[in-house]
Amino acid sequence: MDMTGEFRIPAPREAVWKALNDPDILKRSIAGCEKLEKTADNEFVAKVTARVGPVKASFTGKVTLSDLDPPNGYKIAGEGQGGAAGFARGGAEVRLEPDGDGTLLKYTVNAAIGGKLAQIGARLIDGTARKMANDFFGKFAEIVGGPAQPAAEAEATEPAGPPMAATAMPAERIEALLSKGLKPWVWVSALILLALALLFYYGRR
Amino acid sequence: MADTGIGAPVRRKEDFRFLTGRGSYTDDINRHGQTYAYILRSPYAFAKIKKIDTSKAKRAPGVVIVLTGADYAADGKGGIPCGWQIHSKDGSPMIEPPHPPLVADMVRHVGDQVALVIAETKAQARDAAELIEVVYEEMKPIVDTASAAKPGAPQVWPQAKDNTCYDWHLGDKAATDAAFAKAAHVTKLDLVNQRLIANAMEPRAAIAEYDRATGNYTLFTTSQNPHVIRLLMGAFVLQIPESKLRVVAPDVGGGFGSKIFHYAEEAILTWAAGKVGRPIKWTADRSESFTSDAQGRDHVSHAELAMDKDGKFLGLRVSTVANMGAYLSTFAPCVPTYLYGTLLAGVYATPAIYVEVRAVFTNTVPVDAYRGAGRPEATYLLERLVEKAAREMKMDRAELRRKNFIPRDGFPYQTPVALQYDSGDYHSTLDIALKNSDWAGFEKRRAEAKGRGMLRGIGISTYLEACGIAPSAVVGSLGARAGLYETANVRVHPTGSVTVFTGTHSHGQGHETTFAQIVSSTLGITMENIEVVHGDTNKIPFGMGTYGSRSLAVGGSALVKALDKIVTKAKRIAAHLMEASVADIEFKDGVFKVAGTDKTLPFGQVALTAYVPHNYPITELEPGLEETSFYDPLNFTYPGGCHICEVEIDPETGVTKLINFTACDDVGRVINPMIVEGQVHGGLAQGIGQALFERAVYDNASGQLLSGSYMDYCMPRADDLCSFTVSTHNTMCTHNPLGSKGVGEVGAIGSPPAVINAVLDALLPLGVSDITMPASPHRVWQAIQAAKPAKAAE
Repeated sequence: MDMTGEFRIPAPREAVWKALNDPDILKRSIAGCEKLEKTADNEFVAKVTARVGPVKASFTGKVTLSDLDPPNGYKIAGEGQGGAAGFARGGAEVRLEPDGDGTLLKYTVNAAIGGKLAQIGARLIDGTARKMANDFFGKFAEIVGGPAQPAAEAEATEPAGPPMAATAMPAERIEALLSKGLKPWVWVSALILLALALLFYYGRR
Repeated sequence: MADTGIGAPVRRKEDFRFLTGRGSYTDDINRHGQTYAYILRSPYAFAKIKKIDTSKAKRAPGVVIVLTGADYAADGKGGIPCGWQIHSKDGSPMIEPPHPPLVADMVRHVGDQVALVIAETKAQARDAAELIEVVYEEMKPIVDTASAAKPGAPQVWPQAKDNTCYDWHLGDKAATDAAFAKAAHVTKLDLVNQRLIANAMEPRAAIAEYDRATGNYTLFTTSQNPHVIRLLMGAFVLQIPESKLRVVAPDVGGGFGSKIFHYAEEAILTWAAGKVGRPIKWTADRSESFTSDAQGRDHVSHAELAMDKDGKFLGLRVSTVANMGAYLSTFAPCVPTYLYGTLLAGVYATPAIYVEVRAVFTNTVPVDAYRGAGRPEATYLLERLVEKAAREMKMDRAELRRKNFIPRDGFPYQTPVALQYDSGDYHSTLDIALKNSDWAGFEKRRAEAKGRGMLRGIGISTYLEACGIAPSAVVGSLGARAGLYETANVRVHPTGSVTVFTGTHSHGQGHETTFAQIVSSTLGITMENIEVVHGDTNKIPFGMGTYGSRSLAVGGSALVKALDKIVTKAKRIAAHLMEASVADIEFKDGVFKVAGTDKTLPFGQVALTAYVPHNYPITELEPGLEETSFYDPLNFTYPGGCHICEVEIDPETGVTKLINFTACDDVGRVINPMIVEGQVHGGLAQGIGQALFERAVYDNASGQLLSGSYMDYCMPRADDLCSFTVSTHNTMCTHNPLGSKGVGEVGAIGSPPAVINAVLDALLPLGVSDITMPASPHRVWQAIQAAKPAKAAE
């Protein structure tokens, strides 16, 4: 499923761009993030201990940036191999536009899961990933300080592509989710890690 | 003896152990020194394997060995063979791609076997599998049946152009075209017979072991046919002499076809057992079953029926695309051909039929026989088509069928699609079902339902199937790479108790009871003195196993023949003991009697004499009382009948509720009416499951199985069903000694079109004329909404 959305951050574009690339802010924004390291110019490795239901486990995922166009945006992609349980993959295209004294962040995110993860979690993964994103945005907003405003309601479109079935999600919830400010590449890596967590949880039952 | 003989509703002997949890299934068996296997499966539908690194997994705690496709290939072991070869229209043989049990370079469906990990515990094997690093290069898959052969579709196998396995046909095209040319009306229909997942209650499991002292292999496996597995795996895959390989299929918790086939897991476990010298156990979890058990159906068809002005059928034309999945499973190629095309005459005297079937490869789990195998597809197509024809011709649905039935005195009946029916009485099964369902009173019920805001509908299906497979010479000429006879060995013990060793296999059918009843009837001994043994190649004679409703018609016939030999020999012993001529010996209710005298001998005494031959015609007769028969049937058997379904639909929600289901089936001689009723009930539940609930869904873009658990794959449950009204009206099979036809599949074959015809009848007032299985609430509701504007415009 592709999810698109945009929102306004009350900070200049340069500052948002900087924050988008600050591993420390990002690390503090991801619950359970133990490690977030730059391994190459445009590559990070994240280690996250995630809790899904009764299961707590550590996962490692790799995230790469491409098409960097500071401060206008970039593309971000991440992939985690879950071995026996399948794979999770995500990507996003992020654009930053000046909006008065703030910044308008527009994004398109897609995620794909495969193997046992898709087989069992196609429906659950979506809702849980959104929840994880919500947690991330809340924390991020708290750290950065300034409240963000949603510029537009997020839209979820369902292309022929990746196997993530849409779950019914109240619009106000999506709004709330996105109103706190977004760190897309972390969002994506969080999604991937979450996917892996879910996959282990369901894979082991 | 009438209480336990043929025709008696004897309670199932096997149920005591099943109902008290004392059955012994493969996973219940534990062997000394046993290790556990975990199979790493592909998460991609179609990908190149660039690299597999097992070094970390090999060092993980408890790991005994880690094996990959490269190891398998290096050992020179074979691929999984296909048991049936189909030839295309042009005479060329079907494309038969390799089927390695562990893949080395490519994965072709989600669930394909990539690596095998053996460890001391199941958890350790699983943990180690997580450490295997596989680098895949993902490719675009093809999963859709209808578009697989179209230009530009991804190619599953380079050797199979347009993903085509074969392009087969049957029937007289010219005669059929001529029939259409003179038709007064032609009814046309496009339909999909969706893919199903068998979902046996017991997941597949296996234990393989190798005895270094003797060089013998043993495989315990969840199979419907252990000798077939021994033959295929021993001779074709692992090159183990049959004398060195024992295959045991103990209690098996349901198969429905999915446990016929030789599976990769059986081969790689047995291969690995030889390497590690310890028993290895593997038990599929439910998720694994979804992506590794062969699946069923998956046809896309176009059908046309030509009629004269009175509704008499003149010709039938059918074109079908059948999905084989990524590899050819054991009997896959014959399902959409000789178990489908040959059934398209159904119960009707249609003079000209022509059918074309294109089988395609896709990046999906292999498709093979599933309860009914080909015959439900033929029945669904025919009965939907006939129903539509009746609507278009504005004729009574029952009357149109009756008008075209093969008449009662029309047997034997040669169809235009190869089969010759031996017996049947379709008029009677229809009449009985109409009466039992109160067909005549339906409109009153429809009106009453309408008053409550509900849409009520009723639908018929008059079906026929071919089972009791099969005459070896016939199937051999059609491409089968096996004979399809069956065997029975009857061992009378010295005190007169009997053990029957049958080549068939019971995994829910109740053979231990039914076969014992045949023995009880013939030898006049009680059920307690009869044991039926099946499933162990070291005990039973070579047999082909259980599928295609064949066990009673073929295996039961072998038993009758073996019992005949027992009685013949016992009569000679009795004649000697009673100093009479063999011709004068009568045998009834377990007692030998010299005709016209009061001289008698009980069966037990004759048995004892056979084993203690002190007073015995030793120069003419061998001691002992044990006989074996191999029975090769002369024809298929042809059960048939009528199913009528009544439903109520809530137009606000699209929910279809089953109100009544009436079945009148012709299954030939019934040995145990209670078991027959149970078999029909189970079959109906599965057929209704296909009609209303079940559907395997693959994501078109990624090839991922989306309906991969019970959260997304809907199985019928008791509260989805109604109380069934089941009866039989039997004509005898004319060519086997029992007269039995078979009952295992009739419920699943006859019911889906009855249900869908009922759903369409209910929706008819709204202008809905078509619906695709399963008629889920979502689909029914959508059909209602889609019809609304059209209806409003009228």
